[in-house]
This record gives sequence, C-alpha cells and structure tokens, in this order.
Amino acid sequence: MVRMIVSRLLVGVFVMWGAASLIFLIVRAAPGDPATVLLGPDADREQIARLHETLGLDRPLFAQYLDYLGDAARLDFGDSHRLGRPAMDAVLDRLPATVDLTVTSTLIAVVAGVALGLLAGGRAGGLLDRVLSGATIALQSFPTFWVGIMLVLFFALGLRVLPSSGVGTPQHLVLPSVTLALPFIAIVARLTRTSVAENMREPYVETARSKGLTEPQVLLGHVLRNSLVPVTTVIGLHMGALLGGAVIVENVFAWPGLGSLVVDAVANRDYAVVQAVTLLIAGLVTLLNLAADLLATRLDPRIRLEGAS
Amino acid sequence: MSGPTTAGGTGRAGAAGPGGRAEPLLRVAGLSVGAPGGPRIVDGVSFEVPEATTVGLIGESGSGKTMTARAIIGLLPGGVEAGGTLRWRGEDLLGAGPGRRRAVRGREIAMIFQDPLAALNPTQRIGRQVGEILRRDGLPRREVRRRVVELLGLAGVPEPEERMRRYPHEFSGGLRQRAMIALALAGSPALLLADEPTTALDVTVQARILRLLRSVQRERGLAMLLVSHDLRVVAHTAHQVVVMYAGRVAERGAARQLLARPAHPYTAALVRSVPAVRTRSALATPLPGSPANPAERPAGCAFHPRCPLARERCRTRVPEVREVAPGRFSACHFAAEVFGS
Repeated sequence: MVRMIVSRLLVGVFVMWGAASLIFLIVRAAPGDPATVLLGPDADREQIARLHETLGLDRPLFAQYLDYLGDAARLDFGDSHRLGRPAMDAVLDRLPATVDLTVTSTLIAVVAGVALGLLAGGRAGGLLDRVLSGATIALQSFPTFWVGIMLVLFFALGLRVLPSSGVGTPQHLVLPSVTLALPFIAIVARLTRTSVAENMREPYVETARSKGLTEPQVLLGHVLRNSLVPVTTVIGLHMGALLGGAVIVENVFAWPGLGSLVVDAVANRDYAVVQAVTLLIAGLVTLLNLAADLLATRLDPRIRLEGAS
Repeated sequence: MSGPTTAGGTGRAGAAGPGGRAEPLLRVAGLSVGAPGGPRIVDGVSFEVPEATTVGLIGESGSGKTMTARAIIGLLPGGVEAGGTLRWRGEDLLGAGPGRRRAVRGREIAMIFQDPLAALNPTQRIGRQVGEILRRDGLPRREVRRRVVELLGLAGVPEPEERMRRYPHEFSGGLRQRAMIALALAGSPALLLADEPTTALDVTVQARILRLLRSVQRERGLAMLLVSHDLRVVAHTAHQVVVMYAGRVAERGAARQLLARPAHPYTAALVRSVPAVRTRSALATPLPGSPANPAERPAGCAFHPRCPLARERCRTRVPEVREVAPGRFSACHFAAEVFGS
C-alpha cells in the first residue's frame, strides 16, 4: 500500500516535469510577444529590447528553461508582468473560488448520478432505465454555456430566487455548480448504471437474495459498493477536468476562478501565470487520480493485492 | 464440529417424522417453469421432500434440476415463471406474496451455490456475510459475532475468529464452500437447497464437503435437496433420488433401491455410465447421444432417441409417472419390463 503510494507520487513528479516542459514550449511557440502586447503597438524597438531584458526573454531558450524549472520546483513562477505581482499569488487568490465550484458540482454529480444509476441499473431495461438513458444523453449533449444561460433565465430572471452571477453567498454557488454538475451527473449516472447492471448478474446477488433481503437491501447492502469501483476513477478524472475546464461557466456567471484567470493570461502572453496555473492543475489532477485509486482499493480489497505486487 | 450448537429452530423437525403420512415438509406437484408462451424448462415435476431427509435431484445439464431448485426458493431468472404447486408445510408458496416468499428465504429455505467464490460478495468480510441475516434480525453485535464464530466452526472453518475477518479471495475453494454452508445455516432453515455444491471444487475437497453436508443434515435434522449431475455424489448422500430428464421426472424412489434396480432406461444408462471404483471396472458404458434440450424436447418420451428400448409408442405418447413398486415411480411405458429385468 505504502509502496504503491510512493511509486505513484514518483510517477506524479515525472508527470509534473513533463507538463512543465510542455507548457514552457507551447507558450513560447505561440505567436505573439509579451513585450509587444504589454507596451502596445506604438512602442519602439529600444523599449521592447529593454523589456525583454527585464523579463529575461533575451537569454537563450535553454537557459530560460533551466531557470524556469528551478524556480518552479520552489513554486516560484516569477512576477506576472501584467498584474505586477507574483504569479503564484494571483493564482492562489483565484484557487478557492475554483475549488468551491469543483467540489460542489462534484458532490451534486456524485450524489445524484450514483442514485440515478443505482435505480436504473437495479432494474435494467425498466421504465426508469429507459427514461434515464435518454435523459443522460441529452444532458451530455447540451453545451454548458447554453444550459447556464437557460438556468439564469429561469431561476435568476424568471423566478428571481437565485443570483445570476458573482460570488459572496452560498446562493451564488448554486447556478454555476449545477450547470457544471449536469453533464457530470450524466457521466456518473451512466457509468454507475452499467456497473450496477453488471453486478446484478453476479451470483453473489443471488446469495444476498437467498438471505431474504429486499431489493433495496440487496442494492444498498451489496451492489452499491462493488459498483462504485470503476466510478471513482472517472470521478477523479472528471474533477481534474473541472478544475481547468470551467472556463465557459466561469465566464457565464462572472465567477472569479482559475479558468477566467488563465484565459486572460493566455490572451496577454502572461507566461508566468499560464505556467503557474497549468502546473497547479497538473499537480491537483495527479493527486486527485491517486486519491481516486486509493479509494478504489478501499472499496475492493482484491485491488490491494494487485497494487502490492 | 459436533453437536447441534446453535440455538433456536434446530429441533423443530415435525412430530410426523420422516415416515409419517402427514403432509411432507415440501411437496412439489406438477411444477412447471418457463417464460410465458415459451418452452417449459421444467414440465410437470412432482416429488416430495420429507422432514430431515436428503433428496437427490439428478440429471444432465439442461435437465431442469437447477431451475426446479430456484423455483422452490423463488429466485428464478427474469422473465421466467413457475406454475403448478409448491406446498411448504402445507402452505401454498407459489400463491404467496413476495413479502412472504422473502420471509421464507434464508430463514426456512436456504440455498448454497455451485461456485462459492462467485456466490460470496468479494468486497465484504466473511463474517459480515455469514452474520448478515442475524444482524438484519436485530441481534446485538456481540451475539451475531458469537454465532458467526459458532457457525463457521460448525462448518469446519479452522480458527473462525481469525477467518471471519478475511475476504472470500483469501479463502481456498473448500473454505469458501464451508463459509457458504455457514451462511446458509445462519437463518436456521428447515430445508437446504444445495445446487451442485461440490462441482466447482477439487476432487479431494469434494468428499469432505459432502461429508460435512451429511453430518450437518443429520445433526440439525435438516431436509436437503441435493442437486447434482454426479450420480456418485447423490448415491452416497441422498435418502431418496429424483432423476430428471429434459425437464421432466424420469424416475424417483428410495436411493439405494433406485440405483440398484432402476425402473427407467435413463437411470439404468446413468448407472452403467459410472465406473465402479471398487472393482476397477473399465466397462463403464457412456450414455449414447447428447442430452435433450427442454426447448426442443422430442415428441413422446423425451428420452426415446437415446433409449435402447424405444418402440413406436415412445415416439408419440408422453409416458405418465406411475408407481411400479411401493415408493417407486417411473415415467416409462415399459417400466415394469425395465424394473423386472
């Protein structure tokens, strides 16, 4: 168990190094020059050259890369030339809002998705199963910006029960997290449904029934836990996607998270911020996947054996 | 593992006793199983399971023996229904509601399955699974624990206090089946359905599990329906035998007499197909042809395409089950001929 965690963490370090290198190259390969963006079209060559020097952009690429790796290892990504403050500070300012949103929508998606998947898979081919399979396809197909706007129109402008955008109160969290959760619910529900339906065909379910258990007792007492093993992995992966992929929803709801920060940073060639956000998300995704795998081994004792070997 | 230890329910073998003419513990009469409008996987099966008696239900794969057992405990696959009569202590089980059937399951009729690894929940500790029925009955935790240790010990699981904390994959095949037997006994049932309980086990373990089943049956005064394709398994364990072929009863009667002197050509062929181990006889005669599928059951007597005695009548008329001698029933047009030879 401990060996598994350590080896996974070591792999995680390599993943981070790969992500750091990739983002370094991509950012510099993209057209556009931070100095030009910062100084505007009227700047003369001398001004640009001076700024290049201050930003360290005049040095050889490889030297920049080594500096960058060394600083990144100490979680120092340099100053954001646009915001005029350390990039990591700017990122950490935005992180809580994104974490709030990610965690809330994950909770909604897991509770609703697992419940729906359990009900549908418990009676595969039944009415609820058929209704749900249609509904989940719809939920996954609607683009999030459209769903977000529809929810705003209905709950914020129509019923006037929830704020349409911004942050501050728990009510502000409802619409954006629901918007993010809807396609996530569909993913979790479909996966849980498949897993539950598979487990329902296992002989141990017959044994549970032969004890005189009711169907809800069989589902909750035996099938649920065994069905969640593949679901945890996907939840971990999708949470990672939410961390970095909430850009559209953050824009619709004026949510001050990492997504909107990184969009600004990319548009302005703010290398420091882009690199800080990317590496932070890469680190979180690595940890989330490890956590999901650890949870899976808690759920199914047979996985522990495989992990040890 | 000696002595009936667990309290409650063990001593409730009926006053009528095994030989009594009173209503048997379980009476199966004209049982049919199949999808509505589809072929009958089980077709008009009748037999009785008296108190404290082991009945062997024997047949090739596809003969409907497993479906018969599942119909009795009420765990048929989806879309398949049972018709006819199942009388449990005089009560009509097929007419009973789902709540009543559930209440019978585990506490009056329990079942053990062919593959104990698949039949145990891989993510729950053995003790939890064995004790579940007791826990659901509201017994305090310490009492459940005590009984689980007792049940595992009774089923021959060594060091039950330690083993109850293990998971099924940490058990050997034999131990898993012992745990399964402990699980089935937890609800103090009066009838144990054992569906091919030794088929998935190593040969050396098979004999031990059968011995355990025999001793548990005797000591607890259990009735047992032992479903098997293996004549030897049934011969050494069952008091009575029901032979099934293509979803119907071919023959039934007391085990010893039935195997010594079959009254149905199918039973005779089955007996001939088993090599007699003691005499080292290599003369075992395999059964010609392949088992009939109940979905495409031949007209007349389902066994006629493989029967050495088949005549014109066998091809057209379904033989009725008739009593050829006291307690001996055969579904063969020429039962008297077979029985007399």
